[in-house]
Amino acid sequence: MIRVDIRAKHFGPTQVLGTVRFDIAPGETVALVGPSGIGKSTVLRIVAGIDNRFEGNVTRPDAMAIVFQEPTLLPWRSARDNLLLTQPGLSRDGAERALTRVGLEGRGDAFPGHLSLGQQRRLSLARAFAGSPELLIMDEPFVSLDPDMADQMIGLSEALIAEHRPATLFVTHARSEADRLADRVLELSGTPASLTN
Amino acid sequence: MQGTPEARQTISTGATTGLSIAALLLLWIVAAALTDDAQVLPQPWALIQPFLRELTSGELLYHLGATLLRVIWAFSLAMLAGCALGLVMGRYPRVNQWLDPWLVIFLNLPALVLIVLCYLWIGLNETAAILAVVFNKIPNVATVIREGARALDPQIDAMAKVYRMSGWARLRHVTVPQLAPFITAAARSGIAVIWKIVLVVEFLGRSSGVGFQIHLYFQLFDVAMVLVYAFSFIVVMLMVEWLVLQPWERHVRRWRAE
Repeated sequence: MIRVDIRAKHFGPTQVLGTVRFDIAPGETVALVGPSGIGKSTVLRIVAGIDNRFEGNVTRPDAMAIVFQEPTLLPWRSARDNLLLTQPGLSRDGAERALTRVGLEGRGDAFPGHLSLGQQRRLSLARAFAGSPELLIMDEPFVSLDPDMADQMIGLSEALIAEHRPATLFVTHARSEADRLADRVLELSGTPASLTN
Repeated sequence: MQGTPEARQTISTGATTGLSIAALLLLWIVAAALTDDAQVLPQPWALIQPFLRELTSGELLYHLGATLLRVIWAFSLAMLAGCALGLVMGRYPRVNQWLDPWLVIFLNLPALVLIVLCYLWIGLNETAAILAVVFNKIPNVATVIREGARALDPQIDAMAKVYRMSGWARLRHVTVPQLAPFITAAARSGIAVIWKIVLVVEFLGRSSGVGFQIHLYFQLFDVAMVLVYAFSFIVVMLMVEWLVLQPWERHVRRWRAE
């Protein structure tokens, strides 16, 4: 069980988050929605352990994965190494299987910069699921995609989540994406931001 | 002209370089002819005989080797220390606040002062010679690497943290590759400056190396031999540039999309 209990988060003298308290059960997908700039990504960074300067507590597993808005790959390492370096327990065969699963079979030796943007995003998903994470965090991963590619990526994410069943926290400002992917939708609003449902 | 635009560009660049070097050689020949004094400025072909004499006697290779060894030691130590210092200063603003004034002082300290002080404090030995060069170069390397460390991508850092990459893996696969262009820039400017400082160090306080030989022939007013040793070492450093630095640079840049 992932337990998030944020009491406050400040940037300098400004309090940006108030009480934000929720749990995510194993296999459950929770979407966090709200207008741009409300603090969704701040919540996500706290849950991921990237930002530890807040008042409160987060219980999270060791096996985590994250998908950012941008692919955020290691461009100087091959597609295969991008999986192997972030998932040390993964075998070479396991990496090939993970690449094949997202439609990148035979591209293990390619550097990310030699892949199309769509392929880079697929690689980012392959990396996230290769280690079978207990907690998956997604930060508006479809925000800058054209409708067709967004639809493809949402479909692929849906399928991978269904296969691996991680607890998933999914940040978006598009209600339609939240309704399609999530079991439960949480809304962030107010100043400082807190959960309204 | 046949071939791809890239091939034509390469041929054009090569031709320009060849013509430029030929022009310099022509300038030398004209200047030597106008001077009309081989003791002051000999013709280029007048260097062939003394060059072959020094080469066959083994003197040239011995002194080139001594200088090259000092350059390698000083370069390696300065790059290691400078990279570590620059990385820490770029990553930790508090450390930078403390060390930045030191960096400014050492950047503005003349190389000659550091060389003389090292010889006075440590003695006229190899350690002093190499440390004098290292202390001269560390601030430049640290300054370049600090800029690189400030430009590290925080998003990739966050990714590495979430995926629990070890400290060593982060350094090797996340930090160093991002710093590679800065390390290359520091290495190139470093190697160019270091060998010149090594020559001064040898000139002032060693009994071997190209700098020592230049000092010797300076006292004998033998311009031809000064030029033989200077050009020989320039050739060695060009070989280092073409055979080591440029292939390494191509290797670290191979991932970039064309």
